[in-house]
Amino acid sequence: MKYDKKEIINRSSFKKTVIEYLKNPFSLFLWLLVVLAAVITVVILGFLIGYILIKGIPHLTPELFAWEYNSDNVSMMPAIINTLIMIAITMVIAVPLGVFSAIYMVEYAKKGNKIVNIVRITAETLSGIPSIVYGLFGMLFFVVALGWGYSILAGAFTLSIMVLPTIMRTTEEALLSVPDSFREGSFGLGAGRLRTVFKIVLPSAVPGILSGIILSIGRCVGETAALMYTAGTVTSAANSLFSSGRTLAVHMYSLSREGLHTDQTYATAVVLLIIVMIINFISGFIAKKLAK
Amino acid sequence: MKFKEKAMEILFLLAACVSILAVALICIFLFANGIPAIKEIGLFDFLLGKEWRPGNDIYGIFPMILGSIYVTAGAVLIGVPLGLLMAIFMARFCPMPLYKILHPAVELLADIPSVVYGFFGLVVIVPWVRDTFDGTGSSIFTASVLLGIMILPTIIGVAETSIRAVPDSYYEGARALGATHERSVFFTVVPAAKSGIMAGIVLGVGRAIGETMAVIMVAGNQARMPAGLFKGIRTLTANIVIEMGYATDLHREALIATGVVLFVFVLIINLLFSVLKRRSAE
Repeated sequence: MKYDKKEIINRSSFKKTVIEYLKNPFSLFLWLLVVLAAVITVVILGFLIGYILIKGIPHLTPELFAWEYNSDNVSMMPAIINTLIMIAITMVIAVPLGVFSAIYMVEYAKKGNKIVNIVRITAETLSGIPSIVYGLFGMLFFVVALGWGYSILAGAFTLSIMVLPTIMRTTEEALLSVPDSFREGSFGLGAGRLRTVFKIVLPSAVPGILSGIILSIGRCVGETAALMYTAGTVTSAANSLFSSGRTLAVHMYSLSREGLHTDQTYATAVVLLIIVMIINFISGFIAKKLAK
Repeated sequence: MKFKEKAMEILFLLAACVSILAVALICIFLFANGIPAIKEIGLFDFLLGKEWRPGNDIYGIFPMILGSIYVTAGAVLIGVPLGLLMAIFMARFCPMPLYKILHPAVELLADIPSVVYGFFGLVVIVPWVRDTFDGTGSSIFTASVLLGIMILPTIIGVAETSIRAVPDSYYEGARALGATHERSVFFTVVPAAKSGIMAGIVLGVGRAIGETMAVIMVAGNQARMPAGLFKGIRTLTANIVIEMGYATDLHREALIATGVVLFVFVLIINLLFSVLKRRSAE
């Protein structure tokens, strides 16, 4: 990051800066504009998080985390369990697929390979498709055509397709950042391509891959539109892969839609926000590790 | 050993083909389920029909198309100036210690689930609009404000990257000619990052038009022609989610066809985005 120049500018004394701005009122106006934009953005974020936390934390009662859901306690525990199951299955499907396809694109495909170009275009297309379209597709394909019904499995497969481009892209970037000398060294010692990939290249790319996985988990946690008509909105925890169950985000949507349990909705929002903040913190931490 | 190498290579290749397969399946299933309904209703009656009354078998999605366009346009009007200025601030004005706080903050803004945004809109923005202006509060305006906030991180991210990518010589040249820091940034660096910024805006438009849950919670969802800035509206995305739960037969197919229309919109936007991105990379 290039900050050196700005520091030189900043070194001018306060008085000098004021005089310069008085000479150039238009510059002052531009400066005020950008500062104002920054303040507004920060205030919006602060207000949003602060408001939800202040309104929600007092309602985080033990009943909200009861094992069984009923209309009195509106417990979010089953929804949390469903969310965890959903994330686990999604990752089991999407991570190998994403990592393997990135390995093919970076390590195996030769330059100008037609398939690589097509894969790249389709991955770009996938990453731009809105989640409701994924939801529709999941309903038509997994729920109806394959006959799985509203189920955790249908939801997880839908989410897997949704997060696949993220995992592919981050893994690709991580693999590309592994220096070629690693590969050359491994080949020189007589290792085959497969062994080189798994023993040399992948281990050094782990932090990058991990950040992609965390990013995807964050998307799964917050996803609603893709799950309503694939995993359904049943309130209890799923007891098999083919039973329906709502995740935490869907649970929160249903609560706010019913409009009967505003306090509990605030509390659910707090839990979602905290999860997202933890995920955000971890990915920031990994990014910092990567930058070193 | 040779066999294992070859087998794994084929496995990797198959994994790479999954995304091709996924796009193909999505297209096939959406179009195969949606096109017959469009045929039965009639393309023009479906796209330009001003009434949506599933009870009477009248399926015109023009109000929803307009709804999506209005809400997206509103989001762009609010989100783009704010996001662009914020990106300029982060790339060229922000001192390093502050940047270390702002950058994760903007990322957090991107990670907040859309239900939480929607709920925030429902409990904060809707009552505020109701008290300040007339109407119920669930309106085009409310949805635009909320979506404007939601697309901020997208626009900031892409615009900041492209502003940073402008060669320093542009800035230095302007400074050497006597321009102030602000003028140099606004009139040489930012114009040079134009296509990257445009790409960010297009990506933001894609996000806004595809957003579902947050919009449902604040837009009112009346399936009629837009009646004013402070009147309720229904978007394409909302139409699908609200009615899919109980729709059957032609009604259900008409909803899938709504998804097809949305899908086509998004594909066009994506195409625009990749063209712009390629241009900014050159």
